[in-house]
Amino acid sequence: MRFLLDELPFFLELLVSGLLIGMMYALVALGFVLIYKASQAINFAQGEFVMFGGFVVAASMRYHGLSLVLSLALGFGAMVVIGLLMERLVLRPLTGRGVIAIIMATIGLASILKGLLLLIWGPLSVNIPLPIREEPVEIFTLLVKLVAVVGAIISLVFLAGFSFLFLRSRLGIALRAVADNQTVAQLMGIDVRHYFALTWVTAGVVATIGGVMWGNMIGADVHTALIGLKVFPVVILGGLTSVPGAVLGGLIVGAVENLAAGYIDPFVGGGTKDFVPYILMILALMVRPYGFFGEQVIERV
Amino acid sequence: MLTLQNVEVIYSKVILVIKGLTLEVPEGGIVTLLGANGAGKSTTLKAIAGLLGAERGEITKGGIGFNGHRINDRTPAEIVKLGIALVPEGRQVFEHLTTEENLLAGAHTRRNLAEIRRDIDLVYQYFPPLAARRRIEAGYLSGGEQQMLAIGRALMSRPKLMLLDEPSLGLAPMLVQEIFDIIAQLNQEEKVTVLLVEQNAAMALTIARYGYILENGRIVLDGTAASLRDNEDVKEFYLGLSEVGRRSYRDVKHYRRRKRWLL
Ligand SMILES: Nc1ncnc2c1ncn2[C@@H]1O[C@H](COP(=O)(O)OP(=O)(O)OP(=O)(O)O)[C@@H](O)[C@H]1O
Ligand SMILES: [Mg+2]
Repeated sequence: MRFLLDELPFFLELLVSGLLIGMMYALVALGFVLIYKASQAINFAQGEFVMFGGFVVAASMRYHGLSLVLSLALGFGAMVVIGLLMERLVLRPLTGRGVIAIIMATIGLASILKGLLLLIWGPLSVNIPLPIREEPVEIFTLLVKLVAVVGAIISLVFLAGFSFLFLRSRLGIALRAVADNQTVAQLMGIDVRHYFALTWVTAGVVATIGGVMWGNMIGADVHTALIGLKVFPVVILGGLTSVPGAVLGGLIVGAVENLAAGYIDPFVGGGTKDFVPYILMILALMVRPYGFFGEQVIERV
Repeated sequence: MLTLQNVEVIYSKVILVIKGLTLEVPEGGIVTLLGANGAGKSTTLKAIAGLLGAERGEITKGGIGFNGHRINDRTPAEIVKLGIALVPEGRQVFEHLTTEENLLAGAHTRRNLAEIRRDIDLVYQYFPPLAARRRIEAGYLSGGEQQMLAIGRALMSRPKLMLLDEPSLGLAPMLVQEIFDIIAQLNQEEKVTVLLVEQNAAMALTIARYGYILENGRIVLDGTAASLRDNEDVKEFYLGLSEVGRRSYRDVKHYRRRKRWLL
């Protein structure tokens, strides 16, 4: 009992900081979920989007001496352009060729972004200084990084705003119609291309937000792309097609991996964070193949 | 209002499906396009609606005109805005959207919210079962309700011309009757011109004024509904068959029928 009480603060601290990071996983996963919903394509470049968006901001500040605001604008701008180009140069010519072709194209895009980054700016890790206090803040006696709190709040606002948009607006209905049946959506006069572009642009924008947060916490470089590997467990847990599912998946992955790392890493010398999410993912697949919120195929009885 | 001049459609650059089809739909009319499985009926409608691109199909010859516009190379969205709405084969409602959201999606090309609301109510008047199911995901509606929704959704773009692809498919005879009555009513009251694709020739010829019979990508016969009803071939191969299990029966007679019409 005594032991448990002593452990509690450590446990809570791991839990809370894990949940905060989890919100950012959820945000990055939002881009993935939207693309999957709209076109059933799996975006293997989502991690590279985080890397590239974040690094454009980092490099603009460090290497080109630009202000934070201008650098952010460049980072978001770069990802918007990449999203639009993706639709124009890849998706449009591949119309009607099946989803595998698009998935392959995203793998290609991932390599291109990595190569481009190394080619232009080199391999050094660059920190993104943000006007947020470095020292941990105390929340209910727990110490957490302020940037993680800010990141989680931004993620939450973004996710909530998007869910609202997705449910209520004309744009949301059109986007869901495209997700439901592309051909028939065209019959309604919905220009499917615009909505595909929108999903890719959104994926780029949310990835950039994640990239900046990570760039601030651990520095931006090509390895930031590994965050893409967390996105799979997150979306498999939550169901590939669900925004609330992505949030829940993000929170679970963030919390569990952080707890596991806190308790197991000291004995094995690190690396727990890299595989625990996948153990979770496999367990989830065995229990709930559609995830917590995944769309089941409607069967009428 | 709608004219197809010698239209040829090829899929994937090699599969010739429509082989010089000429057809006309006058303003205010109901015209039916009849034909067996694989004749090219759906392909014809997709060509008009601008949907071939998504299936790697292409209009390689001829012209499609609508109210003086040549619409061969228009996008589906442009064609909807010109006033053509397609009710696709097999209904194809947006399963994960509610009934009402399906109708809203149908109104995508329109801006005036008050008018859209009025038209939603109008659709509910024509199809009362939909009103009771407005908050239900469309995937859970019955087949008949889904067909009503598909038609209602097409109406939401305020079309001048409605293309219907086998609305009777998989519905009980009573319901088919009801749907066809409503189509005739929409034609009368809402002044919607109709091009109706059907295998159920008996039903189609009760509401259509003119009909074309499509075989293997070619029109083999056309005439007023009355003349088609009296035609011996139509009687034997379409009207007769439509009372038996058409799909299996038809295949047996396929060879004989083709021979008679082509010679
Ligand atoms: N995307 C496609 N690629 C290649 N061939 C196709 C394609 N779509 C249809 N076809 C072929 O074109 C022919 C006509 O098809 P279509 O769907 O137009 O027939 P239909 O008259 O509507 O038949 P049904 O009554 O069964 O709906 C068929 O032989 C079909 O196999
Ligand atoms: Mg068909």
